Amino acid sequence: MTAFALPMASNDGGFVPPTISDTHLPDILPWMAEYGTGLGKQMIMVILSVVLITVFFKVAIRNPKLVPGRVQFFAEGFYSFARNTVGRDIMGEKNFRPWIPLLFSVFLFVLLNNIFGAIPLLQLPSFSHAGSAYAIALIIYFTWIAVGVQKHGIRYFKLAVVPTGVPGWILPLLVPLEIISNFIVRPLTHSLRLMATMLAGHMIVVLAGSGAQYLIMEQDSILLNATGVAVIAGSVAMYFLELLIMVLQAFVFTLLTAIYIQGSLDADAH
Amino acid sequence: MVTAAVILASEGANPLLPNWWEVLVTAVAFAVLLFVVKKFIAPTFEKSYTDRVEAIEGGIEKAEEAQAEANALLEQYKAQLMDARTEANSIRETARAEGAQILADLKAKAAEESARITAQAQVQIESERVAAVNSLRTEVGTLATSLAGKIVGEALNDDARSNRVVDRFLADLEAQSNAGVSK
Repeated sequence: MTAFALPMASNDGGFVPPTISDTHLPDILPWMAEYGTGLGKQMIMVILSVVLITVFFKVAIRNPKLVPGRVQFFAEGFYSFARNTVGRDIMGEKNFRPWIPLLFSVFLFVLLNNIFGAIPLLQLPSFSHAGSAYAIALIIYFTWIAVGVQKHGIRYFKLAVVPTGVPGWILPLLVPLEIISNFIVRPLTHSLRLMATMLAGHMIVVLAGSGAQYLIMEQDSILLNATGVAVIAGSVAMYFLELLIMVLQAFVFTLLTAIYIQGSLDADAH
Repeated sequence: MVTAAVILASEGANPLLPNWWEVLVTAVAFAVLLFVVKKFIAPTFEKSYTDRVEAIEGGIEKAEEAQAEANALLEQYKAQLMDARTEANSIRETARAEGAQILADLKAKAAEESARITAQAQVQIESERVAAVNSLRTEVGTLATSLAGKIVGEALNDDARSNRVVDRFLADLEAQSNAGVSK
């Protein structure tokens, strides 16, 4: 970390770059308790996201019309994206219907919690904390395993790890690889992909903020102050890139959910 | 910044280590969301979708029905028009025939009437001629007698004789004219 510090960091009031710990604010209940001991900002935001999604969609379709109004049209956009673009196109006409609520919930939950990172004052993507990413990835992990077992019985595990159409002598090599790939790496990548992108985006915001603050407030040179303004200008571009990544990651997460469940349903087909 | 440094120093925060409270809260929050979506939100959307599909398909069906009805009506109108045309033709034919009949009747009647009038006129003329001949016969006789008397200087006052003379003269005259006519 110190490698990133500016040359003048040797001064007494030198720049200390932000670290992961800066995303771990003191808890709110009990007030200002050490992070991890109580109810923190991140948890409140996760709960807030559920409340917001529920309230928005309940209000938007409180009185559904055949010809939708503006709000209903907006809400239906999200729903039909999860339903048709992700659900139907990935899982197929035959399988997708029971999974619409899950896909819709996952998409909206991840999307809104990511977008929180782009909203001033909230400015913390919930999934930049590994715990949340693990939780939701685990739920989906158990879901697709359960789906496979329910559909194919205990034989599902054989179907999932023994590829068909390969010579027998290669199986001792392939089966362990498949086990690692499907049952260990998959949930990790599923959760860490989301967590890492969100954390990286958040760190850039924190870095830009603290850097600009240091350059503008704590430096006397007008030149360095101007550089601070340039940092802020640059962070605006980063902000929009982050916004794109937030939406994209919500889409990718939902897409993978659909693919995993579809893979379990059709485990005997490949 | 100081707090961060302190935490960094004390914990060496590892981004991969979860805060178990966050795991719990996220899992519960997501379960609640999933429940709400499954119970309330998705069914409403699905119902709205189904209604819309039904409305659109119903609309298409209705339009097809209306089209079929319109076609049937068109056929009916065409048939009616054809009927009307045939009927008009037959009426025209009948009228023409009737007209011809009436014309013929009228012609016959007119001819009859004219014949009757002609006959009547002839009878009248004949009777008038006879009357005129009779009156002339008397007057001419008288005139001729008096004229002859004046010329001859002899009174031909004997009516009976003069009448005979006149009658003879007239008979001669008549015979002459008859001969002239027959000639």
